[in-house]
Amino acid sequence: MPLLSIDNLSVALGGHSVLEGIDLSVDRGEIVTLVGPNGSGKSTLLRAIIGAVRPSRGRVTREAGLVIGYVPQRLAIDPTLPLTVFRFLNLPRRHSRQALAQALVQAGVPELGQQQVADLSGGQFQRILLARALLEKPDLLLLDEATRGLDHRGTADFYRQIAKVRSELECAVMMVSHELHVVMRASDRVVCLNGHVCCQGTPERVLASPVYRQLFGPDTSDALAFYRHSHPQPSSSQCPAPEDAGAEAPPTTPAKAANDRLMEASR
Amino acid sequence: MFDDFLVRAVLAGLGVALAAAPLGCFVVWRRMAYFGDATAHAAILGVALSLLLSTSMLAGVLAVSLLMAVVVSQLSGRGYAMDTLLGVMAHSALAFGLVAVSFVSGVRIDLMAYLFGDILAVGKSDLMIIAAGAILVVSLVGWRWSALLTATLDEDLARASGIDPRREQLVLTLSLAVVVAVALKVVGVLLIAALLIIPAAAARPLCRTPEAMALAAASIGACSTTGGLQAAYWLDTPTGPTIVSLAALIFVVTSVVGRLCYSRSRAVGPE
Repeated sequence: MPLLSIDNLSVALGGHSVLEGIDLSVDRGEIVTLVGPNGSGKSTLLRAIIGAVRPSRGRVTREAGLVIGYVPQRLAIDPTLPLTVFRFLNLPRRHSRQALAQALVQAGVPELGQQQVADLSGGQFQRILLARALLEKPDLLLLDEATRGLDHRGTADFYRQIAKVRSELECAVMMVSHELHVVMRASDRVVCLNGHVCCQGTPERVLASPVYRQLFGPDTSDALAFYRHSHPQPSSSQCPAPEDAGAEAPPTTPAKAANDRLMEASR
Repeated sequence: MFDDFLVRAVLAGLGVALAAAPLGCFVVWRRMAYFGDATAHAAILGVALSLLLSTSMLAGVLAVSLLMAVVVSQLSGRGYAMDTLLGVMAHSALAFGLVAVSFVSGVRIDLMAYLFGDILAVGKSDLMIIAAGAILVVSLVGWRWSALLTATLDEDLARASGIDPRREQLVLTLSLAVVVAVALKVVGVLLIAALLIIPAAAARPLCRTPEAMALAAASIGACSTTGGLQAAYWLDTPTGPTIVSLAALIFVVTSVVGRLCYSRSRAVGPE
């Protein structure tokens, strides 16, 4: 029995069909990434899962008593609402002082507890949002572009924390992201969405599929290169060593010649 | 002791101030100020209808305020320009109410008492109603506090935690109608929204948590009503407007103090 199963889900917003005939299920302990161009319905799918948009057809079945941790794409806190970070973490259910302190340490922002939420930077707030979602000990963690506003280090920490949380809580993670290279490495399954499910499977399979290449255009190869580059792979796909390059002596194209001249001039 | 009209007036003012404070905070946080206005202005229509139908004033006001609140909250989030819509609703409800009142013949009614309230004329039965309404609203808002707060922050965040934001909105709407109905006698139709918003706004610069803001708003509301009554007695001014004027003065003071404290803490740096 999966944690969550989506059967033939269609959603229309303002008369426009946004999602059409989605079939998807998520199992415990799985990290699923949704990729797709802007307006492909990724956020809408997450919102349908939490019940914020009503499906026009089909349904979303959650396991009984499923606890969802949700990190929205953006959250604007009205400055007229005074709110410390601790108070925010205690919404809607209170947690022990110790649990709160621990959650902040895990999020990498141990000193922010007494700060006003409205004064936080985008990246700090993003970490706090994740900390809050994790305090509920979710069975399913939904992340909608959760690394927006995080710096490089923060993003790396973030995904490391997600992986750790997944193994500790044995929760499933479903996330939307545009950082294809990082996300793909971190996920078990990639779902490529464009109003409908174009293709899904392991990151390698999706990256290799023609539908995915068509959707993401020439950038795809970059994602692939980055992806492979970061893993120890058989020597054939690794960067060629300098002496190899010399030995093979690739034919000099006009562009390359121009580039060489430029290099020469800059020396 | 309830025989003294001044004692009754003070108690009535305190009751309304306490009920209005936490609700007023939500009105401010959710940017519903005009929503409060529309609900309050509809009350005059309720007065007219209950006079025409010779039903209880409370029932008439409650029914019309509730209807107005529900209509407005249904129309919100449907792509209308909310401020325009509420402007139309609030003032047309007031105008229709005033027109309807003029049809009531035979009964000489003191329109000013409904527009500006007449806290000194609060009777024992009025006091009972105010007490019951205040207890109802405070316990309703207290009971739903966390859920209301979460839904105020973000509807999706609330839904993900299993809270239905529409239900919480309904709680607020209901409470608002009750506060309007019980505050009618105290400050009148035109100034009810002021009693909701001004104490909450005055409390904002002094507070770091939502709970503190609700408590501070209640204290400021209580000070304004008791102090306003005193001032009206000395200066021989109308009580409702005096109460609201005092609240407004407190707002000015806390705003200035808050700004000074803020800039000082900025200069020292965040602790």
